[in-house]
Amino acid sequence: MNSNTKYNILRTVLSISIALLISFGIIFLTSKEPVKAIVQLLTGPLQSQRRFGNVIEAMIPLIFTGTGVSIMFAANEINLAGEGAFHLGGLVATYFALNTALPAGLSPLATILVAGLFGMIVTAIPAILKIKTESDVLVSSLMMNYLILYFSNYVLSNILRDPKAGAVVSFAVPSVTQFSPIISGTRIHVGLFIAIAVAILGYIFMYKTKIGYELRITGENRDFARYSGINVVKITLISQLLGGFIFGIGGGVELLGMYNRFTWTSLLGYGWDAIIITTLAKKNPIYVPFAAFFLAYLRTGASIMSRSTDVVTEIVIITQGIIILLVVAEQFLSKYRHKLVAKEAKAELMEREGE
Amino acid sequence: MGDKVLQMKNIMKIYPNGVVAVEDVSFELEKGEIHALLGENGAGKSTLMKVLFGIESPEQGDIILNGNKVSIKSPLEAIKMGIGMVHQHFMLVPSLTVAENIVLGVEPKKSNLFIDEEKAFKLSKEIAETYNFDIDVTEKVETLPVGLKQKVEILKALYRGADILILDEPTAVLTPQETEELFVQLKKLKEKGHTIIFISHKLDEIKEICDRATIMRNGKSMGTYHVKDISTAEMSRLMVGRDVVLTFDKKPSELRETVLRVRNLTVTGTTGIKRVDDMSFDVKAGEIFGIAGVEGNGQGHLVEVLTGLSNKYTGEITVFDKEVKEYSIRELRDFGMSHIPEDRMTFGCAKNMNIMDNMFTNQYHKPEYSGKVLLKNKKIESRAKELIKEYLVKCKSYKQNVGMLSGGNIQKVVVAREFSTNPKIIIANQPTRGIDVGAAEFIRRRIIDFRDAGCAVILISADLNEVLELSDRLAVIYKGKFTGVFKDVKNLEEVKLGEYMLGIKRDDNLEGLLYEQ
Repeated sequence: MNSNTKYNILRTVLSISIALLISFGIIFLTSKEPVKAIVQLLTGPLQSQRRFGNVIEAMIPLIFTGTGVSIMFAANEINLAGEGAFHLGGLVATYFALNTALPAGLSPLATILVAGLFGMIVTAIPAILKIKTESDVLVSSLMMNYLILYFSNYVLSNILRDPKAGAVVSFAVPSVTQFSPIISGTRIHVGLFIAIAVAILGYIFMYKTKIGYELRITGENRDFARYSGINVVKITLISQLLGGFIFGIGGGVELLGMYNRFTWTSLLGYGWDAIIITTLAKKNPIYVPFAAFFLAYLRTGASIMSRSTDVVTEIVIITQGIIILLVVAEQFLSKYRHKLVAKEAKAELMEREGE
Repeated sequence: MGDKVLQMKNIMKIYPNGVVAVEDVSFELEKGEIHALLGENGAGKSTLMKVLFGIESPEQGDIILNGNKVSIKSPLEAIKMGIGMVHQHFMLVPSLTVAENIVLGVEPKKSNLFIDEEKAFKLSKEIAETYNFDIDVTEKVETLPVGLKQKVEILKALYRGADILILDEPTAVLTPQETEELFVQLKKLKEKGHTIIFISHKLDEIKEICDRATIMRNGKSMGTYHVKDISTAEMSRLMVGRDVVLTFDKKPSELRETVLRVRNLTVTGTTGIKRVDDMSFDVKAGEIFGIAGVEGNGQGHLVEVLTGLSNKYTGEITVFDKEVKEYSIRELRDFGMSHIPEDRMTFGCAKNMNIMDNMFTNQYHKPEYSGKVLLKNKKIESRAKELIKEYLVKCKSYKQNVGMLSGGNIQKVVVAREFSTNPKIIIANQPTRGIDVGAAEFIRRRIIDFRDAGCAVILISADLNEVLELSDRLAVIYKGKFTGVFKDVKNLEEVKLGEYMLGIKRDDNLEGLLYEQ
């Protein structure tokens, strides 16, 4: 292992440890039963099959969004419309499932693909706006999310709403289209396999295909990519389309697996979670499932903790925040890194002199 | 003389990318001497001086100033201790006047709040007069020629009370005439008791004005010598570790068909100035067409339009009879064009990607390296290993990030990439700038090999030695126009070339030398 990999692993582990320690500190300061709370946070998810099932269920959408954002950010384009793409994916999946009568097996597949196509449109709009008008993707993609939210609320209350239901929810999605649980006692559904396949395909796309190679070069150094003969505009657009597609599928899968009706009347925050995931995974889709598992575990633990003690779930938001701050802080541990590098270089000098 | 004003003992500096820039170097300075720090690019001269000036902190070693051990943590502390440094790239504010630049940071104040402009002018004028620097302190720095800007830098250091003055390759940017003037000033400073460290790799200059010289090679000191006791040949031997091959044994060029044709090319910059002004020339297969000139005289704009990076030009550029404007960069490259960019970090590489990834950006789409969708990673990997060997890239493995390599090795990666496509036309902009002599020689040798194999080469360089050694035909560019074209490159003198570069001399009727009617 070279000093760089060692350094990166150490940094991530240390960032997580420091963040947890600070969170524990806060728990000790504010809780009457701090030890119980911490034990619940750390081991709660392991205490029953159902709870561990919750972790896996929560991990599924995070894998989709983490992979999608890894591909979009790889172009060095901070497109945050994934949130909207996920949301629209859920809405479109509901609409499509309610309005078509396809046979079992084909129905869910067609549903999530259509959801993906609509997700693609959402992330493409800010990207195309940038190409045509040089508008800032960060701003336009954020605004895009609100557009999608209110459009979706309109469709829900005026078209999809089930008048017999007490709350503002859609008609129930036909059961042939829904993903049924694959492990009894949990709600883990087929979406898990789709999610993992997406992460693996995302990795293959980024590291084994021509377009993925072009994308990585474009993201690392746009001038260099252009100089090399790469069509950077085309590549950037492809990455935004693909990212949106994955987000859209994610939204569809989440709806078919975890909800039987469309109930989303506010943004769910998966777009933001995706940024945490991609930061931990260093933009590499192959690490996304691990990062997603970590985050899902932490959140499930927090929710168990808040149910059984006086500590609220929001504590993990602080933990998340600190982890991200430390992981992205370039200078964090830079002195240690310099020492590692200097040590390696000195050892090499000795070797050379020994020859 | 004889008092040791400064001793640096066993200094070692390792950069964050793992490069050992200085390895156990000791260095001594006697009062009132001009001491040369001599070595090739990358030998560690600048790093050693950055340690002295507090820009870099060393891994180990002591600095003893006037008999006291000191630790210099920042340039501010270095200045307080009487050390001044004139950087190779000037640290001046172009929109301010000479006087404002001189007092910058230590301005005389009115009632502790406002800058006393009058006093600033007066003080600057006084210091310029004390040292006999002929300069108008009310002038804006952006309007000054390079030679005067350098004087402002020196005055800035003197104003801050520098006893020891570090000059980092001061003559690199100067014309021969300006260099002479600088030397007169330096001798005067020496008479006034200042001690000067003169960083250079130009042996004749060191012979001319230095008392002693410390020679560095590969991060180590090769010893300190009295300049009058050591021959130029001996110095160069110590510097590069072998006798420098000053001339390449080059076969006479065999001219073939015209590959590049340029007619009435004009490139207008954003400010409306014509950066390339009605230029016409041909380049044939089998020749190296050199373009010499002080940087910023249109070379960059010319290369941009020749390589397809920009299509904002009027006139005609054809490569293999195809108008450059009508083709993408990918297509131009597939026709056989290669481009070694001037700025390797901006256009030449992605520093956070590994060597292998950086070597195929211009050819991954070819059937050898990819199918319809997937890359042939195994073939790419084995080819990368071959190229690393062939181009002598010093690295741990092909998976090392390019940003971790030294400048010379990064350039070798760039050159390996550009040359491995079997180019038919090479546009090389400053191909050996800032790299060690071994790497430079290797790259130059390669360029000649390609020319012998029938490749057309356009070589743009500010390094006179380089264009004189390599070019079969040499044109001098000044303000977007050619001021002279020479076929008998071997017998050209540098001084004569300098006059064309500065626009002092200008030949008429160059057409016949530039292209066939």
